[in-house]
Amino acid sequence: MISGRTLGQGASLEAKTSPEFFKAVSFCALSEEDYDALGISGEGNVLVRNEFGEIVVSAKKDEGLPPGVIFIPMGPWANAVVGRKTGGCGTPQFKGEKVEVEGTKMPVMEIRELFADMKKQGGGRS
Amino acid sequence: MIIEDVLCPFCGCLCDDIKVEVEEGKVVGVKRACRLGSSKIRGHERIRAPMVRRDGELFETTYDEAYDRAARILKGAKRPLLYGWCSTVCETAKKGILLAEEVGGVIDSTATVCHGPSIIGIEEKGLSGSTLGQVKNRADLIIFWGANPAEAHPRHTMRYSSNSTGMFTPEGRRGRKVIVVDVRKTRTAKNADKFILIRPGTDYEVISALRMIVKGKGDLIPETVAGVNKADLEEAAGMMKAAKFGSILFGLGMTHSRGRYKNVDNALSLVADLNGFTKFVVMAMRGHYNVAGFGQVCAWETGYPMAVDLSRGAPYFNPGETAACDLLGRREADAMMVVAADPASNFPRETVEAMAEIPVIQVDPFPNPTTFLADVVIPTAVCGIEAEGTAYRMDGLSLRMKKVIDSGLPTDEEVVENILDRVRRLADDN
Repeated sequence: MISGRTLGQGASLEAKTSPEFFKAVSFCALSEEDYDALGISGEGNVLVRNEFGEIVVSAKKDEGLPPGVIFIPMGPWANAVVGRKTGGCGTPQFKGEKVEVEGTKMPVMEIRELFADMKKQGGGRS
Repeated sequence: MIIEDVLCPFCGCLCDDIKVEVEEGKVVGVKRACRLGSSKIRGHERIRAPMVRRDGELFETTYDEAYDRAARILKGAKRPLLYGWCSTVCETAKKGILLAEEVGGVIDSTATVCHGPSIIGIEEKGLSGSTLGQVKNRADLIIFWGANPAEAHPRHTMRYSSNSTGMFTPEGRRGRKVIVVDVRKTRTAKNADKFILIRPGTDYEVISALRMIVKGKGDLIPETVAGVNKADLEEAAGMMKAAKFGSILFGLGMTHSRGRYKNVDNALSLVADLNGFTKFVVMAMRGHYNVAGFGQVCAWETGYPMAVDLSRGAPYFNPGETAACDLLGRREADAMMVVAADPASNFPRETVEAMAEIPVIQVDPFPNPTTFLADVVIPTAVCGIEAEGTAYRMDGLSLRMKKVIDSGLPTDEEVVENILDRVRRLADDN
């Protein structure tokens, strides 16, 4: 899994609660071979998961991607499957985390849903 | 009224030729900016008022109460982390470092989740650098490595690099060669004379192979390296040695992948090797418009460019230990102040969960997921549009950003200064 910048991500970067940002960032691009092999159905969503977490994103084809590599624009959806370790230099591995991808009928979570329970669980003492 | 030569507060290109049309104190038109810059200058939803969290919910309050809460959180913390500083001007960074020193905290910038490894690589090896002007006017070979300016720095190729026209490069794109190395065929790759597709996490191997070919040890290289044919590497190495002025412009493909700063270290070594044959320079494609500026200010104030621990009486720098993701990941930070950044979106989910457990102060013009986790939210003017100040372009050139409209909101610098004042007064009371 590779995460990175896109024009749509950048244009809505300062408007993260907008529908534009959701549309621009909560998808996963796959090679044509992988997309067809997964037999993606329904709303065209995929479940991406690894040891660090899992996330549902919509799927689209990208002819520039080689098989076996997926791309998710940088943001909270991609970061659900990025580990916290920094390899001794402060920077997590935002590109090149191994993930499993499968088709799913589950919906993609909105940005507020992604963070909904986090603060309450933490308590936010101050 | 049209204001000319406005600087764009978005990416590290820091374009300085933008025309902004202002009517009745509002931006009504933006010319010359790319989609990214234009979107920011035109404006988005803003944080309406200062807020503090009570019983799990954010409530609007006064600036005074917000400053007070922020000061008490920082003053009461044992290991406060002051993070962000890249979508704001250098004047804010300077005050932020003073505040971090006052509260005995750690100050870190968004560079640590971006080009931080590049800085470490440069510290290890040294940098054969240049300005963007030199690249524009002289470079006849441009190599984009793990960089996709077509999406991340849309005007870079036209203004400064592959497609620009300069003093000794009058033919523009036709007079230059362009190589793109990436793990996918990006929009930038479509503009290349030669595209080299590598497997994710193999930058180090590919650079090492290129170095061997450049230094005449190509016969020791296997037929394929990381999925790349030797013939392609030989062709690329030939283009590099044949260039009169070559330039490697690298992006996060190098720093976010396996190897991280070692990839950069090796790329800088390749450039050093190439300088034995011709003129070659290398530059990091910095993301935020003033991420380079924070590094400059922090380096001249503390001796280090990021991830500086000021709790010991003397600055201490050890990324991997003192960087924001490390402090949060180890559950070491017990309070966090975020200025002009959105770590809740851009840190790994596991790290963000640690952030949700501690008090968070947010200073920013825009609401974002960090707002969802914040206990104190302080809205500010947008630097470069509603506030002036100094920013550093990706090549280290410092430029003065303009104020084009008045928001009536305090600047980032004023907010940090107010919190610093209150922290000092709390210290006096004790």
